[in-house]
Amino acid sequence: MADRGKHRADEPAGPAGPAAEAQFDPRLLVREKGAAGYVEEFKRRVRGGELGSLPVIVGLAVIWIVFQSLNSQFLSPQNLSNLSIDIVATGLISVGIVFVLLLGEIDLSAGAVSGASAAVLAVLQVNNGWHPLAAIAAAVAVAALLGLVHGVFFAKLGVPSFVVTLAGMLAWTGFQLWVLGPSGTINLPYEGLVAGLTSTYFTQLIAAYGLAGLVTAGFFAASVLGNARRRAAGIPSRTMADVILRTLVLAFVVFGVAHVLNQYKGLPLALLIFLVVVVAADFVQRRTRYGRKVFAVGGNIEAARRAGINVAAIRVSVFMISGAMAAVGGVFAASRIASASQATGQSNVLMMAIAAAVIGGTSLFGGRGTAYSALLGMLVIQSISSGMALQGVSNSIQFMVTGAVLLAAVVIDSLSRRSQKASGRA
Amino acid sequence: MTAVSGEPVLAVEGISKRFGAVQALSDVDLDVHAGEVVALVGDNGAGKSTIIKVIAGVGPADSGEIRWEGRPVTITSPGAAQSLGIATVYQDLALCDNLDVVGNLFLGRELGRLGVLDEVAMEKRSRDLLHTLSIRIPSVRIPVASLSGGQRQTVAISRSLLGEPRIVILDEPTAALGVEQTAQVLDLVERLRGQGLGVILISHNMVDVMAVADRVAVLRLGRNNGLFDTGRTTQEEIIAAITGATDNVVMRRRARTGRAEEAPDG
Ligand SMILES: Nc1ncnc2c1ncn2[C@@H]1O[C@H](COP(=O)(O)OP(=O)(O)OP(=O)(O)O)[C@@H](O)[C@H]1O
Ligand SMILES: [Mg+2]
Repeated sequence: MADRGKHRADEPAGPAGPAAEAQFDPRLLVREKGAAGYVEEFKRRVRGGELGSLPVIVGLAVIWIVFQSLNSQFLSPQNLSNLSIDIVATGLISVGIVFVLLLGEIDLSAGAVSGASAAVLAVLQVNNGWHPLAAIAAAVAVAALLGLVHGVFFAKLGVPSFVVTLAGMLAWTGFQLWVLGPSGTINLPYEGLVAGLTSTYFTQLIAAYGLAGLVTAGFFAASVLGNARRRAAGIPSRTMADVILRTLVLAFVVFGVAHVLNQYKGLPLALLIFLVVVVAADFVQRRTRYGRKVFAVGGNIEAARRAGINVAAIRVSVFMISGAMAAVGGVFAASRIASASQATGQSNVLMMAIAAAVIGGTSLFGGRGTAYSALLGMLVIQSISSGMALQGVSNSIQFMVTGAVLLAAVVIDSLSRRSQKASGRA
Repeated sequence: MTAVSGEPVLAVEGISKRFGAVQALSDVDLDVHAGEVVALVGDNGAGKSTIIKVIAGVGPADSGEIRWEGRPVTITSPGAAQSLGIATVYQDLALCDNLDVVGNLFLGRELGRLGVLDEVAMEKRSRDLLHTLSIRIPSVRIPVASLSGGQRQTVAISRSLLGEPRIVILDEPTAALGVEQTAQVLDLVERLRGQGLGVILISHNMVDVMAVADRVAVLRLGRNNGLFDTGRTTQEEIIAAITGATDNVVMRRRARTGRAEEAPDG
């Protein structure tokens, strides 16, 4: 047995060494060539509970097929274009929620913070005559500060995040009412910068198609370059066929979206901003040191601490992100109706933001999830409400259906967590 | 016998630590030289993991002194221990189940520029490291949760070696392993010693201990209970020290005259 260890150690460990040997390890999870390989990997993922975004994509397809068969207006360019703007405000809040969920925590104050930020924005811009951009910046800064308060109480004093943010929800709702003053509503100029956030379209066809082309080309170039680097380093890389297939799927989706949007008014600015935020958040989560730390704290706090990660700082910063994203969402909510009122960010906004993240595949148990779940989950929720509105179904049923979808998402989350555990220790 | 130089790389002296009503450690001494394997043995609850956590900066001691290459140091955080050159593999492994093997290996010291991770470099180094340690894992890109207990153990050990430490502490590294994996870990321990690292190995398996350790320090009920040279002692003697069967006239006399510093001549 001692021999076994030795003769391997004596093998040349040049760049080709490990890779070449790994190729011959029968247990290595390199995808076999061809379609069979994809099926194999899919089975492995299902067994291991790594479903990721798959259930939500399937669910979304089912929802669209059902509503389209009920009403041919559902998949019309106009309806889809409006839908793509309706998801933005709550979706932006949801992006912040995803960060919090990755830690395995919850932020119940996000709705109230978004309402309070919208109020701050409206007062500064309309009552105090600030430049809209300065007012937006101030609103986001105030919200980040509120997040800092939550984070400090949670991370430094050890108060459960559930309770801290519940207190925050009450307090910041009061703050929102106080800022708005007796009138309770402040109208924003219809032609102003803030209102323009959700009413501006890039009407030229080239805008949407050009963006789709850029995204596709960018993805392809990044894949090819990444592959080249991996090959140069002697570690496994995707096959060219795989890269092309992925690029084609992406191209199909983005050009399809561009085509639909161009048939109505073009690319909505709000959607563009939302997509940029989602992609940026995903980059931060998966590609940066900071994101890695967030995942580590969400996965195993003690391991993170022993690895020298400043757990408290990560926690505080995540609640600040959640606050700031709630404010950005609040700005878009105010923009959509060109006013900030006592109703902004209230009622079910918070619940929808959390539900979207969970429906989109981010785990409530921490450590698993992606920023894209905010986008996918909001698409599901908004599709349900849009489809039901087209059918003339009352609010009551809409809530019940959305509740059932959320429950289904949580069940999938719990089951996949269980099968992950089961397949965890062989 | 070992070719050990005079000055220990790491020496702890008179360490005491209390958890509420439990006096987990009282006046414990331990040292390790470069190129030496010191086994730390004792019954469950003897305080082995506790002294390790003191050294690793996870749970600082109430009193006592730690010296690194002869100079007194304070280790108040895991980072401080790491930057001295102390790498620790904990009994409970402390891996993040949701991260893949590469993510765990580099946790807290990711490679990259301007905060952006360099996954290619990390994956390459991970594969090279696992290869030189002859560690076999299905893929470095699967979450640690889906590895077997032994594979998780090897990941935890490799992780400790990434930072090029001077001292490696292994808390029951073979407890969950099969025969072959155990042999590989013991091989690895010997290779580390060969490279001039100091190793503190905690184990309940006397055969393993006798096979790789140069010296054996026994803890009993939070106190030193003997220090043995494996070349000049028997398994029975060590077991007697662990179980307290050495609480006899000789031991009591030694306790009166001074600490049980010297190995009993076998
Ligand atoms: N965090 C803690 N809080 C309270 N008591 C503790 C804590 N950690 C350890 N102890 C106590 O300290 C004593 C020593 O525990 P320790 O974990 O060091 O034992 P050990 O020698 O590593 O045992 P094992 O062989 O079972 O791993 C035990 O009595 C234990 O109950
Ligand atoms: Mg222990």
